[in-house]
Amino acid sequence: MARSGQLQRREARSAYLFIAPWVIGFLVFTAGPMVASLWLSFTDYSLVGDTKPVGLENYQQLLQDPKVATSLKNTFVYAALFVPLGTAVALALAMLLTKVGRARGFFRTVFYLPVMTPAVAAGAMFLLLLNGQRGLVNEVLGWVGITGPDWTTDPAWLKPSLALVSLWTVGGSIIIYLAALNNVPQQLYEAALLDGAGPVRRFVSVTLPMISGALFFTIITHTIAAMQMFDQAYTMFYGPQQKATASDESLVYMVYLFQNGFQFFKMGFASAMAWVLFLIILVITLVQVRVGNRFVYYEGGSTR
Amino acid sequence: MSTETRAGRPAVEAAVPSPPPEVESRRGAPRRRPSLGLAGRWALLLVATIAFAYPLVWLVSASLKPKSQVFDNRLVPETVQWSNFVEVWDAGPVLRWLLNSSLVALMAALTVTLSSAFVAFGFAYFRFRFRGVLFGLVLATMMLPGAVTMIPVYLIWHQLGLVNTQVPLWAANLFGSAFYIFLMRQFFLGIPRELFEAARIDGCSNVGLFWRIALPLCRPALIIVFIFELQASWSDLLKPLIYLQSEEYYTMPRGLKQIVDGFALSGEYHWEIAMAATLVATLPMIVVFAVGQRYFMEGLATTAKQG
Repeated sequence: MARSGQLQRREARSAYLFIAPWVIGFLVFTAGPMVASLWLSFTDYSLVGDTKPVGLENYQQLLQDPKVATSLKNTFVYAALFVPLGTAVALALAMLLTKVGRARGFFRTVFYLPVMTPAVAAGAMFLLLLNGQRGLVNEVLGWVGITGPDWTTDPAWLKPSLALVSLWTVGGSIIIYLAALNNVPQQLYEAALLDGAGPVRRFVSVTLPMISGALFFTIITHTIAAMQMFDQAYTMFYGPQQKATASDESLVYMVYLFQNGFQFFKMGFASAMAWVLFLIILVITLVQVRVGNRFVYYEGGSTR
Repeated sequence: MSTETRAGRPAVEAAVPSPPPEVESRRGAPRRRPSLGLAGRWALLLVATIAFAYPLVWLVSASLKPKSQVFDNRLVPETVQWSNFVEVWDAGPVLRWLLNSSLVALMAALTVTLSSAFVAFGFAYFRFRFRGVLFGLVLATMMLPGAVTMIPVYLIWHQLGLVNTQVPLWAANLFGSAFYIFLMRQFFLGIPRELFEAARIDGCSNVGLFWRIALPLCRPALIIVFIFELQASWSDLLKPLIYLQSEEYYTMPRGLKQIVDGFALSGEYHWEIAMAATLVATLPMIVVFAVGQRYFMEGLATTAKQG
């Protein structure tokens, strides 16, 4: 008994040795900074000069600053465009890919290469491709008789452009869905077919439930990522100096947060913005998890 | 630990086999016909392929055109202007940026792979108090937006005098990263425990179990983590924007942003230079993908299963 206790203690000691790097990292780069940023959010900290506590002033200012509301709205609109559209496009392409046989490798490469393109590069390319007068996208739309909008300058089209660039990089989801579709047992389709289920019915009653785990996972991660979108929006519409042509319609939350923190050095205010973003993401994710648990089918029963 | 999308494996048809083409070509919709005919499916795939692949092809073409033709949308440039790639070198210290990015990405990938594997082994192999709680905490940090810790972490590096160096771009990876810890742990859990017990009886230490048994057996997982981080680190714009002030320390995406701002969005609208720089920033990742394609696919398939 005493011996096994000793063994256990030795095992615990080794375990803590192994997880020590993460614990240290967590304290220094996550937990500590979380406390610090919460504290900063109640001060007027700005890297230089004196710091004094300002109570809830940052949060009050946040509610009054029209740009915060605008950027939040823009972020929501972008997420509401990209997440459903990206999921649908990726799922459709993955389903097409289940039936292409040996050519699948080729298509996977084609669909994944955009993911490898750095966001800055993708942003720069699409500034040209989406150019209202001479861009390729509008030229192609012209062939079918559609006059394309001024994607990169018309305030109403800035968020659709951002979503379109993101749509170009849904390759990761395609691969994930393809893997999930391959794991759907063939017998289920055969049984459904015998029962006289049509294609729509087979999709809704067999495919969707069987891949709901992968769908759920990608929707949650894409939503979290969309709420924090920065690289593309900043590349396409912002820079060291605010461009004269820049419209607030392209101002996503993270860009405004970055500007406040590192261009205007209002670090207290930026910290308050960060906490608000955190709470929003938390609420959205919790709602998604709650809704998801009702629909997601986990193989192997209810252990999850 | 079954990762099923291996390159050489014959494709498993997941959905209902489509009826033979004769049935499809007959006029009048036969019953039980799938929603999309064979031709329709390939037509859709063709359109999608063009939509996904053409921008990159277009980029190669645009980067070789003279200034006046960048917008002409021709596939083959009317005049090929190789000098764009020479001028890129004058537009900024591009070679330096490429080296910086390579160094940062390699350091970030190397450190995060080793540290995450080390920590993951702790969570996978040992039994200890609070293991569940601590692992839950690891997973919880994945949900935390980077913005919450961004400013205090900046102040830490500021205090250490390491702002305007590349250290902040990778050094935090020394402590592991939640998603990779999670991924590696799944792989380690797939190793039969008897292997470890046998080695232990032969006198292998705990670190030895990790280094001599767990790591070699999970080589694919290590490569997956390495290339995912390599790509993530190479592409990042936010951290270089925050930490790098001097041009000579810039990473390639940060430098590209400067070229786009200076040459294209303002100044003389030299989009051809910007596009050449864009291609230079993208090509290394295309090469990484060409080399590590199998591992990207495996990594994503594994992710899907854990989801």
